Amino acid sequence: MNIIAVGLSHKTAPVEIREKVAFPPDGIKEPLRELVSLEDIQEGVILSTCNRVEIYATTRDIAGGISRIRRFLADYHKLPLEAIEKHLYSHHSESAIRHLFRVASSLDSMVVGEPQILGQIKTAYGYAAEYRTSGIILNRFLHKAFSVAKRVRTETRIASSAVSVAFAAVELARKILGEISGKTVMLVGAGEMCELAAKHFINSGASRIIVTNRTFEKAEQLADEFGGDAVPFDEFQGALHLADIVLSSTGAPTAVIKSEDVENALRRRRFKPIFFIDIAVPRDIDQKVNDIDNAFLFTVDDLQQVIQANMEQRNLEAEKAEEIVEMEIGQFFKWLSSLEVKPTIVALRNRFDEIRRAEVEKTLSSWKDSPPDAEKRLESLTLAIMNKLLHNPIQTLKKGKEGGRTDLYLDALMRLFELQSVEADFDEESDAEI
Amino acid sequence: MAHIFHVLTIALYAAATAAYLACLFCSSDTIILWGRRILAGGCFAHILSTIHLVSLKRHLPLTEMQESLSFLALLLVVFFLFFERKYRVATLGSFITPLALLMLIVSGGLHGEARELPPILQSNWFWFHTMLAFMSYAAFAIACGVAVIYLLQRHFLKKKNLGPLFRRLPSLETLDEISYRALSAGFPLLTAAIISGAIWSEQAAGSYWTWDPKQTWSFVTWLVYAALLHGRLTAGWRGRRAAILSIIGFIAVLVTFLGVKHGISW
Repeated sequence: MNIIAVGLSHKTAPVEIREKVAFPPDGIKEPLRELVSLEDIQEGVILSTCNRVEIYATTRDIAGGISRIRRFLADYHKLPLEAIEKHLYSHHSESAIRHLFRVASSLDSMVVGEPQILGQIKTAYGYAAEYRTSGIILNRFLHKAFSVAKRVRTETRIASSAVSVAFAAVELARKILGEISGKTVMLVGAGEMCELAAKHFINSGASRIIVTNRTFEKAEQLADEFGGDAVPFDEFQGALHLADIVLSSTGAPTAVIKSEDVENALRRRRFKPIFFIDIAVPRDIDQKVNDIDNAFLFTVDDLQQVIQANMEQRNLEAEKAEEIVEMEIGQFFKWLSSLEVKPTIVALRNRFDEIRRAEVEKTLSSWKDSPPDAEKRLESLTLAIMNKLLHNPIQTLKKGKEGGRTDLYLDALMRLFELQSVEADFDEESDAEI
Repeated sequence: MAHIFHVLTIALYAAATAAYLACLFCSSDTIILWGRRILAGGCFAHILSTIHLVSLKRHLPLTEMQESLSFLALLLVVFFLFFERKYRVATLGSFITPLALLMLIVSGGLHGEARELPPILQSNWFWFHTMLAFMSYAAFAIACGVAVIYLLQRHFLKKKNLGPLFRRLPSLETLDEISYRALSAGFPLLTAAIISGAIWSEQAAGSYWTWDPKQTWSFVTWLVYAALLHGRLTAGWRGRRAAILSIIGFIAVLVTFLGVKHGISW
């Protein structure tokens, strides 16, 4: 049995194409059903997010399976295959395993290390499990992908550093103020970026928001939104001492927060540190503020620099993650092959046994004055021969470590002896043996 | 036997030092966990070694420089383990454990023989005084270590030099908090140590305060920390100023402890 993956992602297709082939989450049942009713497709999982649409399936016939799924993707969305063909990629066997492991570990994401993708895969798998389109192989495959993603997350720091301005600001605030919970955030100006950062601070536990803006109504409006207080713009310096974190983004042409203001505020709050984030261009906060003890000023450029460094850090961590993925691929592939070996051995034995029985019976029926123990003797003789003959091939198959070679042997056996692999339930027991 | 415990302590401290130094370069929870375990093991061996020494000498090992150093190292490790447990500041260990290890190695062989203590030391005030003094030294050493990290972290933040080391060191707030805790433990201890020392001095030399170098320097130390705590409580001194004063205070401690001799000699 082979695992194949067909799909497209932000790396191969623009958003106009991606949205055309996306599957709505509430209507995933129908396509899943259609998918597994395709010829020689046994199991299927459909992953559809705004950044990628991918189908994972099992098949006996790799090339045929891939082309049928490609056509399915086009047909289902009533698109000509040519329209999406050049955006589609496909993987099979080891490469398909690598692909899902990398996707789940967020190594293939637009922002490497972003955590959402794992949840999205879990949801996609949830549907497949619910509608019973995933079976023994994909169940195991997806669960393995979850555990690989978890391992990557705990053993590397791929997702531990902020790569957005808002998150970087929160991260820095933690380094200066310790916990965010219970802290007061002041918004100077009601810019979009400020608002976003303020939301992040609230999510991290900030307890109070103070908003000031040149148009007082807007300040009030925003304050209402956050459940905070509005302060008139010409008085806000007097409230500066209340803030632990100041986010500034006015359109003012000159600095609105000067070093005297900060010095006064610090004295009033007994030098408890204040973290200033200046997102405005031109800048709102006098650069000299950074020289004041217990005041820490970061401009948008400083934050960008932090993000840049974090990105580099992530890329370094991604290399470690790739190593983990490679290790896990080997393990999973071994399991996949062993799953193939067992039914083949059973089929091989059955085939030999059939021939043996037939011949024993033929001999016995034509043997006139056979001794009374003839049948017993013949049985043990032929069994011994059969077992001897089969011993080496079976041992070789069982021991076969290299996935590729075992596949070759299995393929040859199937053809030479015209075997039909026995599809037994190997689920639990074979799990236990690995 | 003491020798075995002593060697064991040094070995475990060395291993813990290696682990804690590694924390500065790669943040692995496993390393931190083992660093803590090994250090706790070393601390236990150190306590056994100290108990053994006490049983040999039949007094606390505080009368000679060598044994005092070892005892101070023990207190330092105990204090550090306490703060590490409370604030999860493994990186502080990267500064404290090497110091403890160094002190222990310098203290050298610890096998002393029972000797008759000079009558001057056979006073409860003496033991009281030295115990208190050593505890305050250990607290101040922690405060000093924290102050150094604070200045480092502050420098990184001000210069926007936010590398991996910055990421691993604790937040300014945590450092400030530890520093305050350590100082507010150390200062009363030092005060009590000076008072009990004066009482002992009266017993031994007939005068509460003789302005011998040790007393003078301990008074200077006391003044530095008094200023620091006073500034903090009344004017909210914190940050760089507090950190620098804390380092100056510890330098005064070092001078008091290592640099000057008692006017009273034995």
